[in-house]
Amino acid sequence: MARDPKKKPLTVDQKRYTEMVRDLVPRPPYLRNAALAYLFGGLVAVIGQFFTDIYKITLNMSDKDAGNPAVATMIFIGALLTGLGVFDKIARYAGAGLAVPVTGFANSVTASALEFKKEGLVFGVGSKMFMLAGSVITFGVVTAFFVGLIYALFVF
Amino acid sequence: MSTKKIGKQTYQPDNPPVLISTGTVVGPFEGQGPLKDYFDHIYTDLTAGERSFEAAEKEMLLNACFTCLNKANVTPQDVDFFLAGDLLNQTISSGFSALELRIPYLGIYGACSTSAEGLCLATMLVDGGFASYVLAATSSHNASAERQYRYPTEYGFHRKPQVQWTVTGAGAALVTPDGEGPRITRFTVGKVHDLGIKDPLNLGAAMAPAAADTIVRHFADTGHGPDYFDLIVTGDLGKFGYQLTVKMAESNGGFDLTKNYKDCGLILYDTGTQDVHAGGSGCASSAVVTYGYLYKKMMEGELKRILLVATGALHSPVSCYQGNGIPGIAHAVCIEMI
Amino acid sequence: MEWQTYIFAFLVGGAITMLGQLILDFTNFTPGHVLSGFVVAGGILSGLGLYEKLIEFAGAGATMPISSFGNALVQGAISEAERSGVIGVLTGMFELTSTGITAAIVFGFLIAVIFNPKG
Repeated sequence: MARDPKKKPLTVDQKRYTEMVRDLVPRPPYLRNAALAYLFGGLVAVIGQFFTDIYKITLNMSDKDAGNPAVATMIFIGALLTGLGVFDKIARYAGAGLAVPVTGFANSVTASALEFKKEGLVFGVGSKMFMLAGSVITFGVVTAFFVGLIYALFVF
Repeated sequence: MSTKKIGKQTYQPDNPPVLISTGTVVGPFEGQGPLKDYFDHIYTDLTAGERSFEAAEKEMLLNACFTCLNKANVTPQDVDFFLAGDLLNQTISSGFSALELRIPYLGIYGACSTSAEGLCLATMLVDGGFASYVLAATSSHNASAERQYRYPTEYGFHRKPQVQWTVTGAGAALVTPDGEGPRITRFTVGKVHDLGIKDPLNLGAAMAPAAADTIVRHFADTGHGPDYFDLIVTGDLGKFGYQLTVKMAESNGGFDLTKNYKDCGLILYDTGTQDVHAGGSGCASSAVVTYGYLYKKMMEGELKRILLVATGALHSPVSCYQGNGIPGIAHAVCIEMI
Repeated sequence: MEWQTYIFAFLVGGAITMLGQLILDFTNFTPGHVLSGFVVAGGILSGLGLYEKLIEFAGAGATMPISSFGNALVQGAISEAERSGVIGVLTGMFELTSTGITAAIVFGFLIAVIFNPKG
């Protein structure tokens, strides 16, 4: 019988043990994590808005266009903090607050590139850079492809 | 027909070999812990002046080995076998160390149970008349392990409470037929167990079943219960694995471990001030605590009989993604001053 | 600089990240799963015409989270598809997102060359 090994059912002993473990291991501090994530996520958005407004004024751009350099700036900040070894220390508290915005994307790319530097620029930095962030790009592009296809075939 | 076997999985050498010397080195974080005075060398930097974390780990392993040999006035040429293993792919720390030591090399892998595995094998080689000197060593390094098994070190993520901290360090022990020092009187070779834990960030829980099983097996085979020992230590079960082991030893064998059982990963660090979450893990956890702290305590006469139960998780960086559980193993070594 | 936009940016940006945190804490999903999910969600909301509206309302509160990547990719695909049909889906996709990805690659690379991991 061909069965997906991922779905192999647990034995009685395994079930009993995993329940014992679940009762023993403490839950994460849900409220604290959610509050900190909200705080930091909101803060990142405010800083991002600040940069958007600056670029709107100094580069004389529209709201929409100014969003691009703002995103690039936040990515630069995320990358720099990662290089300085500070990002992971803040992220320990901020959690999703730093991981969900583009700062998290920058951190995953930079941290991977940094880590594999010892393997050289080609095999290390170059090829391992998207180890963590690659799935974001892949799923984004695939989604956009299908949505775009629907528009092209049925809307336009 | 085995003459040295007692019970189902335990063995008793005819002439218990001696641990005549040990060498231990640790990283800067471990050097801030409560056991810092018991190590031979504390590195001030995780890179140990080397060009990569992997090279640093090899350097630490070599340092532990040479320190151990120097203390006993033994040169590498006198050593018959070098038994070593570590956490890195293809156990390169051990392989590259063997290259520089120029001792005939038998690489072993037991993940974090490698220290006890090395002592079991060393005992067999020495008591079996195959060797006069066996050097058993192991190492682990926080950055090289994180990099291989988990995430890049600068990646920002929340650590859940059950996550452990890989110990940076290395421990080596020299085993010989005679001499002054604690002796290996009995050892139990463990079987692999998997009780359904699939989360590689919860290794304490994954390894606890193996630890409990080997401990109970050792008691049953030898007829010696927990009271026989001054101290029973597991390698790196951490806070939760520790509690699970106590529970299972009680329910599976009726043994009370609460009086004299500790975990190396918990005594190596000051869990109040050092943020190691559930405790230390890694091959070096059991090695540096046993060969550094416990060895000295035995030489000073404070401990007479200990049971070292080193525990290992035998998963790979990809096996969990494929939906597999995490197999655990534990070996028990009875070390006595006689 | 309108105070209103800043307040909404904070409120919406925080809410999106908090949602991510709750998913991480209550489920077995990893950060990789959550971020990929957000990008897909952003793309779908974009296709429904809702994400652009969110950006008008909350400004950076909607452009900062990774879901905006999904929006940018879809908007690029759609606008080019309007012009050139199905082939436009392929050619136009990275038009708007290129800033983010280029920045990540370039800055990531430069930082990796200059700095070293601290462990």
